[in-house]
Amino acid sequence: MASKTDFDSPVKPTWCPGCGNFGILSAVKTALTELGLEPHQVVLVSGIGQSSKTPDYIHANGFMTLHGRALPVATGVKLARPDLKVLVHSGDGDGYSEGMGHMVHAARRNIGIVHIAHNNQIYGLTKGQYSPTSAEGTRSKTSPEGSIDRPIDPLMVALAAGATFVARAFSKNGRQLSDIVKAAVQHRGYALIDVLQPCVTFNRVNTYEWYGERVYDASGEPGYAPADFDWAMRTARIWGDRIPTGILYQVESVLSYEEQVPALRDGPVGTRPVLPLSAEKAQALKAAYM
Amino acid sequence: MKNDFTVILGGEAGQGVESTGAGFALALARAGLHVFAVPDYHSRIRGGHNFFQVRAKDAEIFSHNETVHLVLALTREAVQVHAGQLVPGGGLVYDTALNLGTDALPSHIRDFGMPLRDIVEQAGGSKLMLNTAAVGAAAGLTGLDMRFLESVIQDNFGGKKGSEIATANLNVACAAHDYAEKHFADQFPFKLEAVEAPRRMLLGGNAAMTIGALAGGCRFMAGYPMTPGSPILEMMCANAAEFGVVTKQTEDEIAAICMAIGAGHAGVRAATPTSGGGFSLMVEALGLAGMTEVPVVVFEVQRPGPSTGLPTRTEQSDLMFVLHASQGEFPRIVLAPGTIEEAFRDGWRAFNLAEKYQCPVIVLSDHFLAASLQTVPQEAVDFEHVTIDRGSMLTPEELDALETGYKRFAFTETGISPRVPFGHPRAVFSAASDEHDEYGHIEEDAENRRRMVEKRMRKLDAARQDIFPPKSYGPAEADFTFVAWGSGYGPVREAMGMLERQGISSNLLHITDVWPFPADAVSEVLRKAKRVVSVEGNQTGQMAGLIRRETGIEVGQQILRYDGRPFSPEFILRALEEV
Repeated sequence: MASKTDFDSPVKPTWCPGCGNFGILSAVKTALTELGLEPHQVVLVSGIGQSSKTPDYIHANGFMTLHGRALPVATGVKLARPDLKVLVHSGDGDGYSEGMGHMVHAARRNIGIVHIAHNNQIYGLTKGQYSPTSAEGTRSKTSPEGSIDRPIDPLMVALAAGATFVARAFSKNGRQLSDIVKAAVQHRGYALIDVLQPCVTFNRVNTYEWYGERVYDASGEPGYAPADFDWAMRTARIWGDRIPTGILYQVESVLSYEEQVPALRDGPVGTRPVLPLSAEKAQALKAAYM
Repeated sequence: MKNDFTVILGGEAGQGVESTGAGFALALARAGLHVFAVPDYHSRIRGGHNFFQVRAKDAEIFSHNETVHLVLALTREAVQVHAGQLVPGGGLVYDTALNLGTDALPSHIRDFGMPLRDIVEQAGGSKLMLNTAAVGAAAGLTGLDMRFLESVIQDNFGGKKGSEIATANLNVACAAHDYAEKHFADQFPFKLEAVEAPRRMLLGGNAAMTIGALAGGCRFMAGYPMTPGSPILEMMCANAAEFGVVTKQTEDEIAAICMAIGAGHAGVRAATPTSGGGFSLMVEALGLAGMTEVPVVVFEVQRPGPSTGLPTRTEQSDLMFVLHASQGEFPRIVLAPGTIEEAFRDGWRAFNLAEKYQCPVIVLSDHFLAASLQTVPQEAVDFEHVTIDRGSMLTPEELDALETGYKRFAFTETGISPRVPFGHPRAVFSAASDEHDEYGHIEEDAENRRRMVEKRMRKLDAARQDIFPPKSYGPAEADFTFVAWGSGYGPVREAMGMLERQGISSNLLHITDVWPFPADAVSEVLRKAKRVVSVEGNQTGQMAGLIRRETGIEVGQQILRYDGRPFSPEFILRALEEV
């Protein structure tokens, strides 16, 4: 069995000291280790952004792709190798702006991907522009007078699109985040984990203190009902003095996409040998045109 | 005159012009004739004017032409558009219920007005079967043995569920046949007679390419519907369960190519079909495949642009686009088949090239090649010579010996870094669209950058050994040397035959593998040519420009067509006369 250090990459993170990404990095490694997975059984796909460098910092199969496009690339990987665990790392710009269209479709098709969205409400890699989750009125380099756009609620979008697993976490609460990642990896189908993560350089509002005062574990509250869609929608909307975290919605009754693909009934298409067609099959193809 | 014949079936969208025309083409193919059939339709579901043109001959033909012997008009508009195209003595079949008024018809043609609606009704058919009646009449006029048409109707409409429809169509076809034969056959000089011939296939470029892809081990296809590329996706979906192909209709073309790249990265032979507009959306991801050295195949079936352009028509105007699409520099391979045989061949070959050189391969086709139906000998779809070459892979021993990790992007002489089975315990690696080191980790070092750029581009040099030189047709020395690429092949071959009959010699240099450009082979032929004439379906002479860029040779004369219609041999000859 692998230990947590087996997932260590030789590459040192280039994130700012104190970046919320460090908490996510560690929690993901813990989750993979506790699940008994080996690096070769895991595929980490990302887009572009500070969060999307994560695959470089974990020893596992990694693919750092294009801004916003991690989900479709990961879908291709999953449909080729449904036997592997596929995790996507995106940011709020990457995943909720450029990639939001793909998220809606990944959710509705319930493809077996764990989508970890590092949500710091700001663009870090491009140095400080407002993001789709920035609060209205956020002052940034591209909104010096305060942003006019209202923020998107990714959890509600995912729920509306038919997601079967929706969770929120805080990067500093590593134990809770690891447990959510573990549940997501074991979930049947698409799982969104929105991870609230302070950007210590460009976001002076949503700090560790700011989150620390607000987040609470929804599973410890009376009335916690993650199988109830209406409860999940109501809870996902809560944002302000209190911010709920934990698994807010999970149903296991929906088949994953990959379970239903006829060509995958005989196992992963990616491990099959590539062979010439039998004479019989070749002739059948020709016969249709004679 | 016997067995040299063109018929046009014209009507509204929704009247089954294309399917019935294709059925008639198949009947002629089963009668042992060579067939070339072209659909012409508008971008709409109902109404408008569509036609389907079928040419048949008892000798090899390469394209349609403008000599029309029979028009089967299902609407007044079809009469107006096509009656004037008929040769003297040609016949016009239409429903007398259309109340044309005979003075509307040109005097050189034969009026074969028939009570088609009544014939259909009396035979127990529905009004949807006017099309079947029309081709039945064509058989009656030309003397084509009805058993060929009957066999096609049986195959198309038969089966358990549709046997009643098949019977009704058969009755309608026979009734129209008998009527036409009895009243008009002796007035129609153009006849069709079955000839002994080996059974040929009748298919278009899209089908040939898809069969090729299946033969080449394509087991993943993701796509977003776009004319004229979507039939490739549809056909793959139809065969998915039987052949174990994962197919996915996606939310957009960006997702389509990204999924194909994901699957290609994970070791599956993967492709996406599209047209120029969809390819425009794929451009950034094409660079991702280039940078991360992922094998992926894009079938780009061109239609006229820019933007929406003419969705159901043809053009060859994406050549420079696919050669240069995406920022930065990376190797790509571009194939442009011109025949059914080449479409099949490139359909499987593309996957070998993509895996061997670990780069995107674009198969550039167009609506004319994709949708025209042609008879070919069965050997043209040549499964026996299909090879599977997955390129350089680490052996199990080499995998076991990996001590310090796997260099997915190892610097090598050819630039090709051996691949591994994806997810192998000893070969865990990451890939990045950022510049990276040999292991795949993000790296900005200048020296590493220079070496990585050169490593990737060296693969293009290595790929030259697998690039087919252009093919020459016709006499070695000739008055004219045509240069064409892709679907220009057929019409030029026809034009060459027509020139020969006028005592003018010509030959053709047909370019199929476009990139890396076979400069030496092109240069060798063109330097010796007396007079070079390029023929291509765009406004700017993109191939002529590429030839100039790659060989320094200036093509003397260009014949260009960009009205959305395919070249006909007559178009080429008229253009030739103008200069």
